[in-house]
Amino acid sequence: MPNLEHPAYPAATLLHLESLVPCRESQVSMLLSIFGERQQFSFPSIFIYGHTSSGKTYVMQTLLNTLQLPHVFVNCVEYFTSRLLLEEILIQLQNSSSETEQTSHVPCDNFNDFVRLFKQAVASRELQDQTLYIVLDRAEQLREMEANILPAFLRLQELTDRNVTVVLLSEIVWELFRPSTGCFEPFTLYFPDYSIGHLQKILSQNHPSEYSADFYAAYINILLGVFYMVCRDLKELQHLAVLNFSKYCEPVVSGEANERDTRKLWKNIEPHLKKAMQTVYLREISSSQWERLQRDDGEPGQLKGLSAHTHVELPYYSKFLLIAAYLASYNPVRTDKRFFLKHHGKIRKTNFMKKHEKTSNHLLGPKPFPLDRLLAILYSIVDNRVAPTANIFSQITSLVTLQLLSMVGHNDQLDGPRYKCTVSLDFIRAVAR
Amino acid sequence: MSKRKSKESSGANGECVSQVQKILRERFCHRSATGKLFGIERQHRHLLELLKRTTVHGESNSALIIGPRGSGKTALLNHVLKELTEMKQVKENLLEVHLNGKVKGNCQFFMKNHFLSGLLQTNDKVALKEITRQLHLENVVGDKVFGSFAENLAFLLEALRKGDRTSSCPILFVLDEFDLFVHHKNQTLLYNLFDISQSAQTPITVIGLTCRQDILELLEKRVKSRFSHRQIYLMNSFDFKQYIRIFKEQLSLPAEFPDKSFAQKWNNNIQHLSEDKTVKDVLQNLFHYTKDLRSLHLLLMLAVSNVTVRHPLIAASDLQEASKQIRMDSKANIVHGLSVLEICLIIAMKHLNDVYEGEPFNFQMVYNEFQKFIQRKAHCMYNFEKPVVMKAFEHLLQLELVKPIERPSVRAQREYLLMKLLLDNNQIMDALQAYPNCPTDVKQWAASSLSWL
Repeated sequence: MPNLEHPAYPAATLLHLESLVPCRESQVSMLLSIFGERQQFSFPSIFIYGHTSSGKTYVMQTLLNTLQLPHVFVNCVEYFTSRLLLEEILIQLQNSSSETEQTSHVPCDNFNDFVRLFKQAVASRELQDQTLYIVLDRAEQLREMEANILPAFLRLQELTDRNVTVVLLSEIVWELFRPSTGCFEPFTLYFPDYSIGHLQKILSQNHPSEYSADFYAAYINILLGVFYMVCRDLKELQHLAVLNFSKYCEPVVSGEANERDTRKLWKNIEPHLKKAMQTVYLREISSSQWERLQRDDGEPGQLKGLSAHTHVELPYYSKFLLIAAYLASYNPVRTDKRFFLKHHGKIRKTNFMKKHEKTSNHLLGPKPFPLDRLLAILYSIVDNRVAPTANIFSQITSLVTLQLLSMVGHNDQLDGPRYKCTVSLDFIRAVAR
Repeated sequence: MSKRKSKESSGANGECVSQVQKILRERFCHRSATGKLFGIERQHRHLLELLKRTTVHGESNSALIIGPRGSGKTALLNHVLKELTEMKQVKENLLEVHLNGKVKGNCQFFMKNHFLSGLLQTNDKVALKEITRQLHLENVVGDKVFGSFAENLAFLLEALRKGDRTSSCPILFVLDEFDLFVHHKNQTLLYNLFDISQSAQTPITVIGLTCRQDILELLEKRVKSRFSHRQIYLMNSFDFKQYIRIFKEQLSLPAEFPDKSFAQKWNNNIQHLSEDKTVKDVLQNLFHYTKDLRSLHLLLMLAVSNVTVRHPLIAASDLQEASKQIRMDSKANIVHGLSVLEICLIIAMKHLNDVYEGEPFNFQMVYNEFQKFIQRKAHCMYNFEKPVVMKAFEHLLQLELVKPIERPSVRAQREYLLMKLLLDNNQIMDALQAYPNCPTDVKQWAASSLSWL
């Protein structure tokens, strides 16, 4: 039974629309009731928010295209300055008009000209009083443009005195958009996130034709079981589903198991999915590399991601310099004497230390240290005698270029350069081996 | 036969419903001059007198209309202008120029209400071009205005200076979003307009509309001294009884509605609704939150959009649904859609805020808290790798639930950047209650924070 009903649109179109937007029927019916009939006025501005890939852009585009409502669709990340944005809206209005003459490019860099040109463009479009929808996707970018763009768009119906509705789509809530002196408040609509049932339903729709729907549904179940705790983003899950399906089908293809041997299939795919979480999910390796690995059936231990440590080979003294830098960054100065001198005394705990014991340096990040301290620690950890030649100093500079150390402060500081170590403990351990 | 009767009535209702929707939608969304003003009769008379004196007697004047957003400043002005044009003496006598700090609109010669605003004319150059365009002065060809800013200004001042009381047409300048004009360089436009209004040149009236109460402090000294200090305040000064009366009037169909019986039924229903307790509660809630009519219109529009042939009269449940829709907490909605790992990170941040009393934290600290939870308490949470947790954290950054204190530089490592959480404890606990399939140990961790430090 069709859930979407509206007197202004034929039932067949609505049925078709409903089949295109699974699990979003209530949002579509609310939008339809707000839009009303073609000539009727609607809210001057509507703000739609919801999580990443909760279907906002898709539903708006499908709705406007299926019902053939006059609209302009612009992505604010693509047209990131006000001039680009306003000119794009005017160009789309010109292009969709029924007259085939191509007017020359009209420059429009402030909102004033935009309103004037907009009224001209709308008049020439023979809209017959139908509501024109201007949809701005990724609307959070509007906050980065000039201060008058967002309030002006919210009031566009009033400023141009035409039947136009502006729809803003964003992930960020409206409270973070509101300008300080207030503005015309839009109608806010929330697109709820998909529940696990919904996700399963939508993901199972794309099953390849060679396998049965049940088989694919079982696969999606396993996939969601591994990834649902971490990520609910529909696009990511679809990407992972497509990439890993061939591996899942391997036992069936090679004849080891048939479609119903769930335990065998599960044992085959589970370590693979865990590996996927560390690599493809994090985009450490690209999806083509992943597919190649699956085909070659190589050792899963050989995966080298972008942040793998083993590909950095450092010369002998550089390794020691790096370790010395790490020690200098993370150990407080007063412990140096204790660690690095042969005859050290005990350190008495002062009141100051007792109060600040809890905040460990590992939580707060590396501290800057002067060059002398680095060299002092270096001399104490290297066994043989190290001469302070230019070689050592140039290695320090090359570490800075590799961004394993970073320089703090200006080049022309009189006290001498200060550095900070920017690598983690795992990296140091890997280097020290 | 009853089936045919119902079919006829439903056919008639379809047309009726469409008409009702059309009228009410225009009233709520488009806000064409409905002609009904609520509680501002005194201000209305004041403004009407002022404008009459300009048009009929050629007096120069200036005034500011001040009131919070949605209190009816533009509506009042449009109403007064409409009344003015209907008066015989004024018909061909007044030139209007509308300016908006936001945008500049186009105004035709014989008083068609176009909107100009501080949002449109963002600096004086644009403002001046718009004035010249609207007054159709001689340096306008088609739509383009030629000449530099200085030339345009000189030309405009000459044109306005030439006239005097008896022989030239009075001009009305309407400046919407007046507080935005104040930020232009040197306030040149305002200075010149007020200057002309004080000297014996072409009679002009300058009316500014603004939402800032402290607007006079923003004016420069020389501009302020030329301003007449006439202020008209619109303060939404009606009480709840009048609010209910306004609600009734706004929803009622006018007497000219074609289907009289349906209009009668509709108006009776509205009367019934305004006495219903649930509806009164809904309106009371809205009234306590904000008094202005714009939010009332939003609520009513939402309720009206549910009116169909099957459901031709508004019910109290429609208004309740609409009210619930408007009052949803948006951040709680966003938290509802987060994954379990992200919820754990938010709880970790909540504990850090409790222990360190709101001091900013970085990712490393949050990860540390999370590890403590995993090692001691969690049975159903898998110990995720650090990069996976980092990706979840960056998702929270993208949703702006967590915000860095300063702009991230290239040098600083991402894990050590200081941030703060933009949710407070009550919101988090409420959202956790509503969270679907929340694992029990996560919930317990959220409730008890310091029991195992």
